[in-house]
Amino acid sequence: MAGKSNGRVTRGKPADLEREVERFFTMEAALLDEWRLTDWLKLFTEDARYWVPTTDLPEGRAGETLGLIDDDFTRLQARVDRLLSRHAHREFPWSRTRRFVTNVRVNESNGDQVKATASFLVYRIRNRHVDPYIGRYEYVFRRVDGGLRIHRRVAILDLEALDPHATVSFIL
Amino acid sequence: MDIESLIAEDPERQTFRVHRSVMTSPEIFELERKQIFGRSWLLIGHESEIEQPGDFRRREVAGRPLIFIRGKDGVVRVFHNSCTHWGTKLCRLDQGNASSFQCFYHAWTFNNLGELIAIPDAGGYPENFNRAELALKPPPHVDNYRGLYFVNFDPGAQPLVDYLAGAKDYMDLILDQSEAGWRVVAGTQMYTVRANWKLMATNSLDTYHAAPLHTTYFSYMAKFKGLDYEAETKASSIRAGGHGRSLGNGHGVGESAPGGLARPIAHWHPMFGEAARGEIDRVRKRIFERFGPERAGLMCDTFRLFLIYPNFVFHDIMAVTLRYFEPVGPDAVRLTVYALAPKDESKEQLELRLNNFVSFLGPGGFAHPDDLEAIESCQDGFRSQEVEWSDFSKGMNRDPEVMDELPIRAFWRQWQAQMLGYDRATRFDDLKLAGNGASAAGK
Repeated sequence: MAGKSNGRVTRGKPADLEREVERFFTMEAALLDEWRLTDWLKLFTEDARYWVPTTDLPEGRAGETLGLIDDDFTRLQARVDRLLSRHAHREFPWSRTRRFVTNVRVNESNGDQVKATASFLVYRIRNRHVDPYIGRYEYVFRRVDGGLRIHRRVAILDLEALDPHATVSFIL
Repeated sequence: MDIESLIAEDPERQTFRVHRSVMTSPEIFELERKQIFGRSWLLIGHESEIEQPGDFRRREVAGRPLIFIRGKDGVVRVFHNSCTHWGTKLCRLDQGNASSFQCFYHAWTFNNLGELIAIPDAGGYPENFNRAELALKPPPHVDNYRGLYFVNFDPGAQPLVDYLAGAKDYMDLILDQSEAGWRVVAGTQMYTVRANWKLMATNSLDTYHAAPLHTTYFSYMAKFKGLDYEAETKASSIRAGGHGRSLGNGHGVGESAPGGLARPIAHWHPMFGEAARGEIDRVRKRIFERFGPERAGLMCDTFRLFLIYPNFVFHDIMAVTLRYFEPVGPDAVRLTVYALAPKDESKEQLELRLNNFVSFLGPGGFAHPDDLEAIESCQDGFRSQEVEWSDFSKGMNRDPEVMDELPIRAFWRQWQAQMLGYDRATRFDDLKLAGNGASAAGK
């Protein structure tokens, strides 16, 4: 199903858009699992926001409720710098991650804006522990120069608490 | 188990060492549950979380499932969350508003004052069946200090106000910053760390680690206009000076020298942006009017790493945090963290506060994950049993500064006293011997 198309769909048929979004998620997951964070950063618009609400309040809103991560583009760049340095001790050496992004739905496409959701399962493997992060993504894309760019990236955890992960120290 | 031998303090050599078995031993962990968590005053919540009659929050304190609730009479109470009939957890929602709680097992029903008000097939009990003794059971002691509620499971506990001792002054210094009172902001950070709870307690009192461990935070701050890393480091919390203080009964504080840390109350920093300068200056001006330059200067320009013994971290740093922890095993501790904000704070100012909070703190901040990595790494390192002792001697040779370990020594002194069955240690400060260069007069 290609989601609602009550607005103007600017590129191709809804099924093509859904395929484009799926491919985007697959490509992004590969960049993150390979720790190619500088390339990953290029996927964002410069007014982007990355928000991870707390586990007790999945409906929490950036700026109004306490979250786990609330990055504007400046802090997202700093987060990438941090993770690429040797001083993000929680991620030095890097953990291994493997992401499964599925159940992709394009919920709205209007002008240059595309909204999509997906389910994720991200395993973080380090120090002989395997910690699963389970949840869903809510993305708002902007179409820039014909391609999709992330304007808003929200990762909502289904976990009741970070037990025993303790942190979200990598890019979720 | 020889508790006396677990801390080796030598005032002459100015050394203070703790045997690492206290972080790993299951026997010590079991004794702590009884002697420390069974006898100390422990935070359960803030009044703003249950403002209306019937409002409740489900909580867990010292391993006990509890209900923190405001009754229809407006009184705040705490009950064990266990049906007095067979034991079911009566309240199964994390929060809400209820006039009564009906057990899903046999439908015994209790009102929000804890009274047993309905028993199905009551004909199966004698007419004089005493319902009062089957009311929901409260802990022996519940009390609050300025809206922060604590429980104590020891029937013979000293009053909360005595227990808090010198910590009260620092609670006042934080709570006085808002004229309108405080509220817990929605959104709770909850996480489990693979480390002993005392590693979390001592980390929370430690400023010594800030410069080496949190480099990436200071690099981030240096991105903002007009700052470079060196200047920011010097201007911030982590320069020398300030004070490390023991506040009695194991409580302690590390208080910085005045510095350039971004603080919503009330120290503007380029990270906040020019647009925020007006309101932060207005808040600052009002605090200076209310408290005068000395106390207002402390409130606005210094920070506090503040532990209310044994498990309540009341930090007043980039934001005001309520952080408390529940030991779940010798090598696991469960944390719960809230942000506290002035009730009358503007939308814009609240956003800055929360933004500043998560920049440094929490499971996704630029600093706290590395704290957790450090304490998990310590826990892992303790497996080398032949390295028997950890050293907490820093600052025994001088009037303790913010980067010294006096508040940590005070924590350990109280810990040892409680483990031996005493209410409090005989002293919390270092013993100053003539001629060892430790006294202020020696400077």
